[in-house]
Amino acid sequence: MNAVEVRNLTKTFNVGRQNAVDALVDIDLTIQPGEFVSLIGPSGCGKSTQLRLIANLLEPTSGEVLVNGKPARQARLDQDYGMAFQQAGLFEWRTVAKNVELPLELKGWDKERRRQRASEMLELVKLPEFAHHLPWQLSGGMQQRVAIARALAAHPPLLLMDEPFGALDEMTREHMQTELLRICGETGSTVVFVTHSIPEAVYLSTRVVVMSPRPGQIKTVTDVDLGSKRDVDTREDPAFFRKVTEVREALRGMQVTDLDQAVLEP
Amino acid sequence: MFVLALVGVAVLWELYKLIGPQDGGRIFGLTILPRANDIAMPHVWEMLSRYARPERRGASGSIFLVVLSGAWFTLRLALTGFVLGTLIGIGLAILMARYKVVERGLLPYLVISQTVPLIALAPLVVSWGGKLHIGGFEWPRWLSAAVLGAFLAFFPVAVGTLKGLTSAPQATSLELMDSYAASWRQTLFKLRFPAAVPFMIPALKLAATASVIGVVVAEISTGLAGGVGRLIIEYAREATSDPAKVFTAVFAAAAIGLTMAGLVALIDLATMRNRPPKEAFE
Repeated sequence: MNAVEVRNLTKTFNVGRQNAVDALVDIDLTIQPGEFVSLIGPSGCGKSTQLRLIANLLEPTSGEVLVNGKPARQARLDQDYGMAFQQAGLFEWRTVAKNVELPLELKGWDKERRRQRASEMLELVKLPEFAHHLPWQLSGGMQQRVAIARALAAHPPLLLMDEPFGALDEMTREHMQTELLRICGETGSTVVFVTHSIPEAVYLSTRVVVMSPRPGQIKTVTDVDLGSKRDVDTREDPAFFRKVTEVREALRGMQVTDLDQAVLEP
Repeated sequence: MFVLALVGVAVLWELYKLIGPQDGGRIFGLTILPRANDIAMPHVWEMLSRYARPERRGASGSIFLVVLSGAWFTLRLALTGFVLGTLIGIGLAILMARYKVVERGLLPYLVISQTVPLIALAPLVVSWGGKLHIGGFEWPRWLSAAVLGAFLAFFPVAVGTLKGLTSAPQATSLELMDSYAASWRQTLFKLRFPAAVPFMIPALKLAATASVIGVVVAEISTGLAGGVGRLIIEYAREATSDPAKVFTAVFAAAAIGLTMAGLVALIDLATMRNRPPKEAFE
């Protein structure tokens, strides 16, 4: 069974009106369990929109999205995926542990089981001693770890991430990338990851999906065969640079403009 | 800080008495400046010492006790009005946040409702209440005053809570709740309400003082005895013979307002203790 299956997907915003925009046209994408797939492209290429369609936060205009072999809507209702955004988006009135427990509360887990799982998750993201801190007492990187712990708390097979490290400084960012790979290695999660950093996409992914704008579509798909063990040395590996160059070439020549961005990536 | 301000007001009062015209400042025959004589503006110490003396000649006990019991009566009414108004306000806000149609249909009427003069409304509420018989329930007179307090209190709560419920939660937080397939009710209680608290606190402060005003005015216009409103009217009639007397009741009304505001400050402390500290201005 495929983790994600996108068939013939088209998304048009403002259908039938003057300002109708084709955000995505004819998208086909199949993701196997355990894969780490990045969506990369200039603003307006519809990468965030595609993530939201997989998450069923948006409905497709036509085509089909299957998650874990189910329609995307059913997968959402079953909490088959966890999601993380650029803003950690922790609830400031909840302690770190309570933030991680949120999806479990919504699932109706009892208190003891929730506490147990939350402490496991904080162990996983290496923040066990911050369980009773409040979000504002944590640094940006730490908050993002909590957000990842929250996204994975219910052990969903799929993790959807929308530029989760976009707001972090470069050093924290590289550290978080390594941490994310470690976490996904331990949990065996499948990841769909939206980014506009080429090295980030190459470092993290087993496959990089390069998208082009207006209308948003998939331009190329690049396999990244750098092995499953990636660390500091990977970033200095000539094979890594070759892949970065390859993705950069694929992105070249695309019109980069922020026109319509507000409409295309709501 | 508060005490300092109080002293400041007292000093200003006495200063004006010292330099202000005894019969008021007149410009083109119109009295512009208030009279500074002892009848219109009794000395501060005169007002304070009035508390120690009996309500009227021959009465036992000081007027302080009379005013205090009046204040207690009014405070309970204001509290009832405040709680009632808050519940109604929050209920309306939830409805308006849930259904856009309700917001569009209802909000203008809520605004209009606040332009109805309370004095005109008071006798109506009393007569409606008097006609109301549900089972063995008899509408008590004091309830009319509390309802009028609620009438003023619900509005800021409804508007403030609505604003908080709809615009306080971040877009990504709402998406997050959607991604968990959370129901509207779950989103309301786990996200919207906690996020709305900073919007609700100032609204509750307005409601707290508004409910006191509503109750005092209602006491006066419905002739409800026992509270501060009635005392103010009674004592004001004696303004020429005993000018300090009315101020004892006026201060009591102010104290009730402060008590209510203090109550909201406690709610503030209790609900906001986990929140990020505000930019330090103090």
